[in-house]
Amino acid sequence: MNLRTIAFNNLRRRRARLVFLVAGLLIGVATVVTLLSLTESLTMEAEHKLDTYGANILITPRSDELSLAYGGITLGAVSVDAHEIRQRDLVRIFDIPNARNIAAVTPKVLGAVEVGAARVLLMGVNQEVEFQVKRWWSVDGRPLVADDEMVAGSAVARRLGLAMGEPVVVDGRSFTLTGILRETGSQDDHLLIGSLPAVQALLGKEGLVSLVEVSALCGDCPVEDMVNQIAVVLPDVKVSAIQQVVKTRMHALDQFRTFSLGVGVVVILIGALVVFVTMMGSVNERTREIGIFRALGFRRGHVVGLILMEASAVSLLAGLLGFLAGMGATRLILPFLAEEHPHLVWSLPLAGGAILLALVVGALASFYPALHASRMDPTEALRAL
Amino acid sequence: MAFIEIIGLKKRYEGEADCVEALKGVDLSVAEGTFLGVMGPSGSGKSTFLAILGGLCHPTSGQVRVDGIDLYGLGQEKLADFRREYLGFVFQSFNLVPYLTALENVMLPLAVKKMPAATKRERAREVLARVGLAARATHLPSQLSGGEQERVAIARALVNAPPLILADEPTGSLDTATSTEIMGLLAELNKEGQTIVMVTHNPENQAWFHRTVSLRDGLVASDIATAAPLRAAAG
Repeated sequence: MNLRTIAFNNLRRRRARLVFLVAGLLIGVATVVTLLSLTESLTMEAEHKLDTYGANILITPRSDELSLAYGGITLGAVSVDAHEIRQRDLVRIFDIPNARNIAAVTPKVLGAVEVGAARVLLMGVNQEVEFQVKRWWSVDGRPLVADDEMVAGSAVARRLGLAMGEPVVVDGRSFTLTGILRETGSQDDHLLIGSLPAVQALLGKEGLVSLVEVSALCGDCPVEDMVNQIAVVLPDVKVSAIQQVVKTRMHALDQFRTFSLGVGVVVILIGALVVFVTMMGSVNERTREIGIFRALGFRRGHVVGLILMEASAVSLLAGLLGFLAGMGATRLILPFLAEEHPHLVWSLPLAGGAILLALVVGALASFYPALHASRMDPTEALRAL
Repeated sequence: MAFIEIIGLKKRYEGEADCVEALKGVDLSVAEGTFLGVMGPSGSGKSTFLAILGGLCHPTSGQVRVDGIDLYGLGQEKLADFRREYLGFVFQSFNLVPYLTALENVMLPLAVKKMPAATKRERAREVLARVGLAARATHLPSQLSGGEQERVAIARALVNAPPLILADEPTGSLDTATSTEIMGLLAELNKEGQTIVMVTHNPENQAWFHRTVSLRDGLVASDIATAAPLRAAAG
């Protein structure tokens, strides 16, 4: 018979009380875990969405020529046919170590063509990927699906008087216009967009692409690393990071993380308060028992030690079960919030944090009332209830 | 020197609206081996007197010495040590711990003592047998009758072999037959040399005491020695 026996027997023989106490703490811990893991998963979802929103790495042909262009305004003719990129080489991009971080690879072929009397820039794309990545593109009509279909930029449609559903004859070959891009304010407004194989055939560039945009999935993995990795597998081309995109994305993610952290702190405080109140109520209930122990000659340290021992056992159990319950709740809720990638993150730091939270708060909440009761005259404690 | 010495004991309870003076100046000396009864009507201050004598409640003024130790000159923790080593309490409402068996309740005062677990268990079994409850060792308090719970409380008071037993109305909630049994048990312990101070309002118990002190309105109203207490006759 020692303090441990007393603590153990109390927990073992007063099961209903133990269940009630564990349930109280569990609710606090589970709430914290649910909200934190939801925030974590939603951050990942946001990262993913941001990363598929436009490209952040550009692959262009290597050229020694000086390009007289700045901010999208080209002052001189730029040679686009110097060293075209071979389309079949692009599969090598998926061999890089960070291949799993690649969200999309969008090759394009560019060339000037004649439509009637006007010269326009024609771009061939892999339509399935391109229209997904360019989320800011809004199409009146529908995106192209087949090789004999085209979409026109708003400016070029206006200039050429193109109407949806009507044929567009490019270098003698007829295409159906399925959609017109709404004004983007970028060079896209001046493009005719067709499928990659059709445009390659029209331009006589079969198997070649003019540039490739790459969207990297991970928001905080070093984009420069991926640039270098791609440069290794594609030595004959120029690979560069679009720093503006990378930095903007990082900034957006940082703001989301700061927000998540703020939510986390508030949630932890509320959870801690629930645990604190539950534990404090439980120890307050035991004032009379503490009076008995003190009357029988237990020192204050013995009483506080006994209460803390029990509180630790209960908190440990509640922390563990609370973590599991929280993760279970996250699993149930997540599909409703993260539609595209409902990915549950089993985080070890979160598990450790949940148990630590329960332990620390449980011990703190028990310590004060236990100390208070142990300081009372035993007769006062015995009369307390 | 007297085993218990009480000098000028006063206790005042401060309430929000009023204050109650439970003890107004009690002086008493008790020799070792005495079976002392403290009697008096409700509110006479007898339970307060016992609590102060047991180091459970600080007096407003006055001194309490047990075996030469000035109780309220000790710090809180030393006072707890004193209670553990010198005193055995039998409370009015038994005050057994509900989630511990009879045997574990008896072992409670030994829980914080450094001694082998087997010795603690053996000693607890001995005293439980002494009060006639060996067969009920594994029962929880809720599975015991009032008389049995009282016996467990007495066994718990005896387990650390204290020189002084303090009992607060130990027969208060028991029927006559069980009361007589319990009084017989206490008398037997006293006969073996145990000093016992017992608070009661039942005049029938007076027959068991060596000496009966009556309190009234916080003062000693009478102090009577009994020539031939029942324990002598029983012996």
